Amino acid sequence: MGPFIRAWKEMYGLDYTKRWNFTPAIKPGDELQFGKVIGQVQEGAFTHYILCGSERGKVVGVASGSVSLDEPFGELESGLEIPGCHEWPVRMPRPYKKKFAPSTPLVTGQRIIDFLFPLARGGAAIIPGGFGTGKTIFEQSVAKFADVDIVVYVGCGERGNEMTEVLTDFPELEDPCTGRPLMERTVLVVNTSNMPVAAREASVYTGITIAEYYRDMGYRVALMADSISRWAEALREISSRLEEMPGEEGYPTYLATRLAGFYERGGRVVCLGDGGREGTVTIVSAVSPPGGDFSEPVTQSSQRIAGVLWALDPDLAHRRHFPAVDWRKSYSLYAGTVDEWFRDHVSAEWPALRGEMMGLLQREEELQEIVQLVGIESLQDQERIVLLVSGMLREDFLRQSAFSENDAASHPEKTYYMLKAILSFHSLCRELLGKGIPVEKVLALPFREELGRMKELPAEGFREEALALIGRIEAEGRAGP
Amino acid sequence: MGEMVEVLLPEGSARRGQVIEFSDRHTVIQILEESTGIGVRSTRIRFTGSPARIPLSPDILGRRFNGAGDPVDGLPPVLPEKWESIMGTPINPVARDKPSHFLRTGISAIDGLNTLVRGQKLPIFSGAGLPAREIAGQILRNAGAGEEGTGEAGGKFAVVFAALGITYREANSFLEEFEQGGAGGHTVVYLNLADDPTIERLLTPRFALTAAEYLAFDHGYDVLVLLTDMTSYCDSLREVATAREEIPGRRSYPGYMYTDLATIFERAGRIRGRRGSVTQLPILTMPDDDITHPIPDLTGYITEGQIVLSRELHRKGIYPPIDVLPSLSRLMNLGIGPGKTREDHRGLADQLYACYAQGRDLRRLEAIVGEEGLLESDRRLRRFADAFEREFIGQGPGGRSLEETLDAGWKLLRLLPKDQLTRIRVEHVLKYYGE
Ligand SMILES: Nc1ncnc2c1ncn2[C@@H]1O[C@H](COP(=O)(O)OP(=O)(O)O)[C@@H](O)[C@H]1O
Ligand SMILES: [Mg+2]
Repeated sequence: MGPFIRAWKEMYGLDYTKRWNFTPAIKPGDELQFGKVIGQVQEGAFTHYILCGSERGKVVGVASGSVSLDEPFGELESGLEIPGCHEWPVRMPRPYKKKFAPSTPLVTGQRIIDFLFPLARGGAAIIPGGFGTGKTIFEQSVAKFADVDIVVYVGCGERGNEMTEVLTDFPELEDPCTGRPLMERTVLVVNTSNMPVAAREASVYTGITIAEYYRDMGYRVALMADSISRWAEALREISSRLEEMPGEEGYPTYLATRLAGFYERGGRVVCLGDGGREGTVTIVSAVSPPGGDFSEPVTQSSQRIAGVLWALDPDLAHRRHFPAVDWRKSYSLYAGTVDEWFRDHVSAEWPALRGEMMGLLQREEELQEIVQLVGIESLQDQERIVLLVSGMLREDFLRQSAFSENDAASHPEKTYYMLKAILSFHSLCRELLGKGIPVEKVLALPFREELGRMKELPAEGFREEALALIGRIEAEGRAGP
Repeated sequence: MGEMVEVLLPEGSARRGQVIEFSDRHTVIQILEESTGIGVRSTRIRFTGSPARIPLSPDILGRRFNGAGDPVDGLPPVLPEKWESIMGTPINPVARDKPSHFLRTGISAIDGLNTLVRGQKLPIFSGAGLPAREIAGQILRNAGAGEEGTGEAGGKFAVVFAALGITYREANSFLEEFEQGGAGGHTVVYLNLADDPTIERLLTPRFALTAAEYLAFDHGYDVLVLLTDMTSYCDSLREVATAREEIPGRRSYPGYMYTDLATIFERAGRIRGRRGSVTQLPILTMPDDDITHPIPDLTGYITEGQIVLSRELHRKGIYPPIDVLPSLSRLMNLGIGPGKTREDHRGLADQLYACYAQGRDLRRLEAIVGEEGLLESDRRLRRFADAFEREFIGQGPGGRSLEETLDAGWKLLRLLPKDQLTRIRVEHVLKYYGE
């Protein structure tokens, strides 16, 4: 179709001539109903279950082996054919049997998320921030490293080059779950900022419908929307053309309802059809508030619905502290729910360590206020150690470059041992102070550079290296002065 | 909507206009030129059936046009090789080529910390009275000079300049800048000056970009597009929206300004299988130096970074007064590193940023507790921040090679102890820090 997108070009989303090797799951005599799995085909590493659409009735014939989408996959008693695909109106949520509360975490590989503000499978998170605070890089990192089966990435009213980047990078990258090219698990819905606004308004619905479709097969799906604000603006533009009465900031008064309707399509469900397959759709949407001011309608309405807020801070971004997630403003309502999984799979200490870390960061803020007033000399020795360690927590633990070879993703185990090492250094400092060693000497302890560079160690053998380091730190304490 | 019309006056002359609104009963046409002398009864309208179009041929290089695409250099009209609608069509993201060629500007704050690559759109956020023009001129001089052994061999280079609502004097100093830089012969100029029609200003950048796309993708030029001042473009947009009695958005700019600006700024990039590139360097003036004002805000949401000028640095006599903290190049990583610039580039930039940000914080603290109130390590960081502004950023009007920029960065880092430089890989610290 050439390098430019011209109007009036119609293209089909599906290739009707491609041949697939179909393995049926139904047999003559079965009753069809919506959502029933009628069989499967292999799409790369991915098993694509063929779901029944609106057809109903008794099966009398079933295809097997090589088929294409313009051929019947089976036949019904009524004489109707069973097609291999079906259409769905994107604005209508796809039905399911039952909805559950989320319970397991969606591990993102981002330390500040997994450890402090975790996301649950089937939950929804928003990531608001002004321009350049790291929304897109964050969405892309999660799309790359999240432990899910399918990622639907909706580029909604943002840059063309960013889409190109996904298109060129993802085929080269590995799916962390299967080792196959990342592109095989990724669906892109592209509507860049210079494309028509009506299509932009529709694009998030297209994305969520595709996500639901894979959910209905029993998969764990993540929907990344960048950015939901552009969708809301498209809604506003259309509404103003229709000369509807504008509400706050010119958005139509039904903005909040529409947003809620969208987020509600995420969740953890038991699918229709037999077998009680469980599928999840987790939504992560970027929000682009004008002037970086979170009090505007799109941020506010989204925040009321989403269970997780990762607030991005321009000051952190300006000093190139990424991810620029502000630990003072962010929260996760799922933390308590998913702790059990982390306790079982990583360490029983996980929740307690989080408390300890948040405590230190909180303490640092109070101490910084004192320092700003009267200088560092006024602090007690213990407090100077708190400043040192919380600084290390921010710099060495929370900061994580998306461009680092070994640290772009951090496995929960790595996250845990990094934190353990820093906290054991904290214990060492306190212990030495207790033994009467002057604070200047404690502040000059070795290990700091080593702890600072720990994140760059390769994943392989990380645990051993970390344990060895922790061992040396503890030995230093025993050795004393 | 957007269709061009000819307004035929009874005495035989014609003026141009554009459809900006229509309903069942009325069609609203905005006249591009003066509206005096147009009588309602005696005037006829001829619809051209298409939006504004531009005649294109390689001969546009070296020519000068007004904001509506007519020659103003006294030479005859261009003999077109083809006609193109100025509205452009979105590049299919699948057909885009990832920009990856370092474009040297000679400015350390850009080359070293916010690297520009070919096909990027990187605006300069200026303030009234800040030297954006000088910086743009400096970039043009260096970018046109080709690069030194990094990236691909310099191809054909062209500059497209669109003046949007700036004064004759300002426009002239840009043109002189091009002449001095030796860019005169491969420059195309579109002038919509402060006293030219407002609605024409909405077309001018689109004329310029259509010409740029033609030179880049049909003729293989690496084109640098300079649009200045985007603030007066946005003000024109607001003026027309108000005339159409639309519901105003933030600070009375129209709600669709994001979309409108995107149809300008997204017209940058490279296309797979074609040689040229369109790089955009828009300049805008932040009203009252406010970066959250809708014009810089929406621009920053669309462009691939921004270079922010600082009044404080300017007052301190630092040139170029680039505030690196809010500045950003989103495509930097694609254009740097081994084989493109240098292996230590990323780490060095990160480290300079981290130390400078810390040093700036300490400046504030020092103002309260005095220098004696600071720890020795903090005093060092504070001194680093001063030296960084003076030596690294404040390089003066000359250009630096990339090597010189990176070495200037290392020279400053030597003010700090080696083991503090944890944002740089150990090998690179060992290799470049010295003793
Ligand atoms: N996790 C990260 N690691 C390193 N750099 C980052 C990270 N997140 C953001 N950045 C830097 O910030 C820039 C802007 O990020 P981006 O995600 O495009 O911002 P936004 O989408 O919020 O405008 C990027 O080009 C990159 O240089
Ligand atoms: Mg973004």
